[in-house]
Amino acid sequence: MSVTKDDVRRIARLARIAEPADRLDSLTNELNGILDWVEQLGEVDVTGVEPMTTPVQTPLPLRPDEITDGGKRDDILANAPKAEEGFFVVPKSVE
Amino acid sequence: MTDFTQLSLFDVLDGLEKKDFSAVDVAEATVKAAEAAQGALNCFTSIDGDKAKEMAQASDARRAKGEAGALEGVPIAIKDLFGVHGVETSASSNILKGFKPRYESTVTSKLWDAGAVFFGKTSMDEFAMGSSNETAATGPVVNPWRAQGSDEKLVPGGSSGGSAAALAAGISYGATGTDTGGSIRQPAAFTGLVGAKPTYGRCSRWGVVAFASSLDHPGPFGKTVKDTALLTQIMSGHDPKDSTSYPGEVPDMVSAVGRGVKGLKIGIPKEYRVDGMPSAIDTLWEKGAQWLKEQGAEVVEISLPMTKYALPAYYIIAPAEASSNLARYDGMRFGQRVEGEDLIDTYEKTRGEGFGDEVQRRILIGTYVLSAGYYDAYYLKALKVRRKILEDFNAAFEGVDAILTPTTPSAAFGIGSKADADPIEMYLNDIFTVTANIAGIPAMSVPAGLDKNGLPLGLQVITKALDEETMFAVGGALEQAAGFTAKPEQWWA
Repeated sequence: MSVTKDDVRRIARLARIAEPADRLDSLTNELNGILDWVEQLGEVDVTGVEPMTTPVQTPLPLRPDEITDGGKRDDILANAPKAEEGFFVVPKSVE
Repeated sequence: MTDFTQLSLFDVLDGLEKKDFSAVDVAEATVKAAEAAQGALNCFTSIDGDKAKEMAQASDARRAKGEAGALEGVPIAIKDLFGVHGVETSASSNILKGFKPRYESTVTSKLWDAGAVFFGKTSMDEFAMGSSNETAATGPVVNPWRAQGSDEKLVPGGSSGGSAAALAAGISYGATGTDTGGSIRQPAAFTGLVGAKPTYGRCSRWGVVAFASSLDHPGPFGKTVKDTALLTQIMSGHDPKDSTSYPGEVPDMVSAVGRGVKGLKIGIPKEYRVDGMPSAIDTLWEKGAQWLKEQGAEVVEISLPMTKYALPAYYIIAPAEASSNLARYDGMRFGQRVEGEDLIDTYEKTRGEGFGDEVQRRILIGTYVLSAGYYDAYYLKALKVRRKILEDFNAAFEGVDAILTPTTPSAAFGIGSKADADPIEMYLNDIFTVTANIAGIPAMSVPAGLDKNGLPLGLQVITKALDEETMFAVGGALEQAAGFTAKPEQWWA
């Protein structure tokens, strides 16, 4: 499988990264190089093998459904690019 | 007068206990050395002399009251991926420039609780994506080591290159790193240090900027195996804030260091003998096996047939997880924002300008392999290969107690020397280290010798999950036999 420049534009859009216009050719080549290289996984017979999602199997821990943290509005807003009167300020997203 | 740059962590603890010097003395010397080296090595993203002094004074007071912790008064350098309360934590990325967390990572909390002293944060490859520390937003880090008779600037390895360069220059007595594909062990090998990556889940990931969550392992650098064992032990332990944190007891890793290797069976995997590997590395590997044999271990050849597939599987899994983890950098709640015409444009400009080239490349790969129509062919396939790699190790560990390999396929290379190369050439640096991340098992690098240019080389010890004790026992035996005492010649300050 290989990608075209249009694919790279589409992937960049999906990833919400501004179209890398000046690097589009080189990026397409690099992505194809990497994809060609990972193709070798095709040689491995994985019939009947379960996908591995975590290296050390431990049961997913549960805890009582209690509030253990919170009340940190100012901490949370401290690093906001823009904040006013206890709110994040973001670009308009609903017309 | 004490030359603080020559002391190990245990030397510092000993000197503090004997009142040869105070924690404030050590902290002041460390900050001074850091400031003097920064111009030449560029290994710090920030140095904080005030905080260091304040913490050192508190440490001296605790020691005077007889309340000394296991790391009381010891300065430790912190990779810029760990959240430290009120201190800029940028992951060496422009997108997080100025971000000062209002929280403390679990690992750094454990260090401060044990009495360690903060003095600065170390540079790294942006978001821990790299093997040379050349992708940091603040520019490349320089290795204190240089080839004999040359003044070419070499990389310290990556991604935890700042931590490695600082410690190798004698600044600090231990450092934190994170290892997703080799980011502790490879820089340790390039700088003549010990670097350890314990079992996945031993060290909490909470408060550490995420790269690839199922592969990210916090761990330490040390000047000696014993220093490294103590740091690993302190940094380990169950954390309810990380759902993948291992709930079992932390073993006594420090005691394991002197345990010896008598009666242990050591495996030499034939698949780690790759084409084009310098003969010095092959020779050192054989020497390492011989050293262990002389100390009473039995050395046998083993086979790990899936080895060659570990790196390609990694370059599907790690970018996939990264593309998901890094989706949070949207310029809305924290970090930098670049205003655009509308919301989408703002997202795209923020991420286009905030992320460097390598980070963008990996986000694009990850987005592609997770996108509709490609998920099964790439991502799911890689997860199945991942299990086959783990099964390889599990089968091997039925016959052997530990595995010995080289840490890297080369010694440190020149800054910029791979600039025009294919990205895959840089990725191949992790060929021997990435397998242990895929399997989540303990692995460490021990400095074992110098190549013909006088540059350090490391040997890697891998053990089964949760068996850090055997790892440190073998690491200690290698250290003792290698007698590695070489230091880079001082030129940077």
